[in-house]
Amino acid sequence: MSIINESMTSKEMLNILVAKNMEDARKAKERGDLVCWSSSIAPCEFCEAMGIYTVYPENHVVGIAARKGAPELLEYAERKGYSNDICGYARANLAYMDVQKCVSEELPLPDLVLLCNNICETLLKWYENIAYELNIPLLIVDVPYNHDKEITEENIQYVEAQFHDIIHQLEVICNKPFDEKKFQEVMKVSAQNAKDWYDATMLCSARPSPLSGFDMFNYMALIVCMRGKKECGMTFRKLKEELEEKISRGECGLKNAEEKYRIMWDGIACWPYLSHTYKVLKKHGINMTGSTYPSAWALEYTPGNLFEMAKAYTGMGNNLSLEGQINLRKSIIEETQCDGVIMHMNRSCKMCDFLQYEVGKELNDSLNIPITTFDGDQADPRNYSKAQYETRMEALVEMMSENIPSRNSSGN
Amino acid sequence: MEINQIINNFIQIANSPDKAIKQSCERNHKNAVGCVAPYAPEEIIYAANCIPVGLWGGEVELRKARTYLPAFACSIMQSVMEYETKGTYDILKAVLIPAMCDTLKCFGQKWKGACPAIPFVYPQNRRVKSAELFLENEYKSITKKLEDILNVDITEKALKESIILYNDYRLAMREFTEIAAVHTTTISPTVRHQIIKASYFIDKKEYLCYIRELNEKLRLQPVEHSKNKRVVVSGIMLEPKGILSHFESLGIDVVGDDLAQETRQFMTDVPFAGDALKSLARQWINHNACSLAFDPYKQRIQHLVDLVHHFKADGVVLALMKFCDPEEYDVPIIMSKMKEENIPLLVIEIDQQAKAFEQINTRLQGFVESMDD
Ligand code: SF4
Ligand code: SF4
Repeated sequence: MSIINESMTSKEMLNILVAKNMEDARKAKERGDLVCWSSSIAPCEFCEAMGIYTVYPENHVVGIAARKGAPELLEYAERKGYSNDICGYARANLAYMDVQKCVSEELPLPDLVLLCNNICETLLKWYENIAYELNIPLLIVDVPYNHDKEITEENIQYVEAQFHDIIHQLEVICNKPFDEKKFQEVMKVSAQNAKDWYDATMLCSARPSPLSGFDMFNYMALIVCMRGKKECGMTFRKLKEELEEKISRGECGLKNAEEKYRIMWDGIACWPYLSHTYKVLKKHGINMTGSTYPSAWALEYTPGNLFEMAKAYTGMGNNLSLEGQINLRKSIIEETQCDGVIMHMNRSCKMCDFLQYEVGKELNDSLNIPITTFDGDQADPRNYSKAQYETRMEALVEMMSENIPSRNSSGN
Repeated sequence: MEINQIINNFIQIANSPDKAIKQSCERNHKNAVGCVAPYAPEEIIYAANCIPVGLWGGEVELRKARTYLPAFACSIMQSVMEYETKGTYDILKAVLIPAMCDTLKCFGQKWKGACPAIPFVYPQNRRVKSAELFLENEYKSITKKLEDILNVDITEKALKESIILYNDYRLAMREFTEIAAVHTTTISPTVRHQIIKASYFIDKKEYLCYIRELNEKLRLQPVEHSKNKRVVVSGIMLEPKGILSHFESLGIDVVGDDLAQETRQFMTDVPFAGDALKSLARQWINHNACSLAFDPYKQRIQHLVDLVHHFKADGVVLALMKFCDPEEYDVPIIMSKMKEENIPLLVIEIDQQAKAFEQINTRLQGFVESMDD
């Protein structure tokens, strides 16, 4: 029987499920069942089919950082020799692996790890360290960067071949044949969940958007952690219903505020200052309607077709060429009707930052859309300045209001 | 040539890359093609009758690079970016950029130089057979692009010849590092570095003649029994030169290295696998003990210990390129392994733009003393 039901709100479902996922993994560990640590957009389908409990370090650190518990872990990592310019998720997680104590939910240690470098190369080194230090098996889906315009057949074939290898490795690790039947089911569920996620989150295209982009950050936990489970889709379908109702009532996602400006948020949230970043935007009537997140998990493939599945995991936003990344943003800006762009110059994530200049310039030139950046970090609170953020947002509002004189004159 | 002459020749080449490349191109009627550090299938470039030039940054003041890269990109790519925008690389007909790390992935997309860029990928899951096939395809595509840009045919015969030349070069380099380790008075840390670095700026055929001659002559010299401390250096590179001069003034010899710019370049031969591009691809599959080649067993760490024993070193200096993810992740593990093995370790930070090295000097001094204990 499912622990969620239709009478619940999507938020209630979300909270129950996220807690349950971690709880299940902890219990599994106690029983001696296998627990896997996985990167956030790795193919969960294989472990799920083998009944391995999967938890997500990136998501775990988000919980810690949002509860302001990252500094202790980051300091521990630095004392251990990790340089403080390494990704904050990695530093906090590698520290957690040693201390196994945090302000958020406790994460059971893994018996194996799965990494997919379709979001960054940093993961290679991070997971190398976990596997080496804990002396556990490492499964990898190495996704080649799409340096040219198109995703090549060769890239996809290489990824697909690794899927077969993972199946073989899982058989050895679990000491049982691969559960093909369950795998087929999981693929169906995952593909459906991905679609439900996309359908719900893309409702922020409506004007006003029924969803505050910052709320989406919360729902993200589910698509990260439970993409292979039915309940995940149930929650997103519920969310979709709620948002559709809001749309019909003309309700806006910002609580007690009017949506005056719509922006695309480029990059990861600044978790230690989530509330500050949100409130400043809300004060100006800015809603985040665009982001790369809806499409990030919109992994579309025909269940059973491993080639298509490989293609979906290869075509991630972060894994696209500069041109691909620009086009992706252009379509987000257009679809969700953004008036401006906020780029998070995230000290933790080189992949999110090092093309920002080129992306920003092209968006600005071709769409004539104002762009601002701010310095921050997804986990390390030391790299953010409230004052700088506030000033930059004020400047953005000024630029946006010049672009939209009609809305500006409608008063504050 | 006398040993000193050969060494001076290398030093001159390493000190004025622009001039060396230009002259070598003229002498050999070749063009130059750049390889953004750390790795590239240079053999393909060579088979296209071009001189592969290693782009490893340099001591340049950052101006335009600041616009294109945040301050937390590694200094080597900051300098490469500066040179790109300054026109320093205008002599090149093309550049190859490997997507080895997040910085390089982005870098391959934002080349600002005059010539075309050819970004490519090294597969990291090397335990699966298809990785080799994938890389072979990447190499095919590089070959095709070079043929189009340079308007040449890259033949199988030329590729095979260039593989043989490069394997000869690698062997000669490995011999050199062995011989240099017992001639540390003649081959001081700076000289050692300059000799290896010079290989990036002239035709490999010419370089091979020089290095072979040097090896032969050095071998005939009596072993030099220096009282200096002997260290193995590890990291991406040991530059700027200012650091090396502190090694010398403090009496530290570099007897072996695990630097991407130095020994990692020539530690893995290209095996014979029939087809030339397949052979080249297999070299990467066989390339181990490197922070840039995925390895959950961290062979690099044991390799460092082995190097220390092999060269009878007193300690390890880890030259940590600031903001280099692949290297930075290995640090805690190297630290604990060295402690376990009782091998003195010093981590110094590498910044190509640094001008003052007092702090590094003080730390090196402390390190020398600690090795005395
Ligand atoms: S934050 Fe960036 S560097 Fe860290 S894991 Fe995510 S994509 Fe990789
Ligand atoms: S981060 Fe490291 S591997 Fe990447 S370009 Fe810089 S020095 Fe090279």
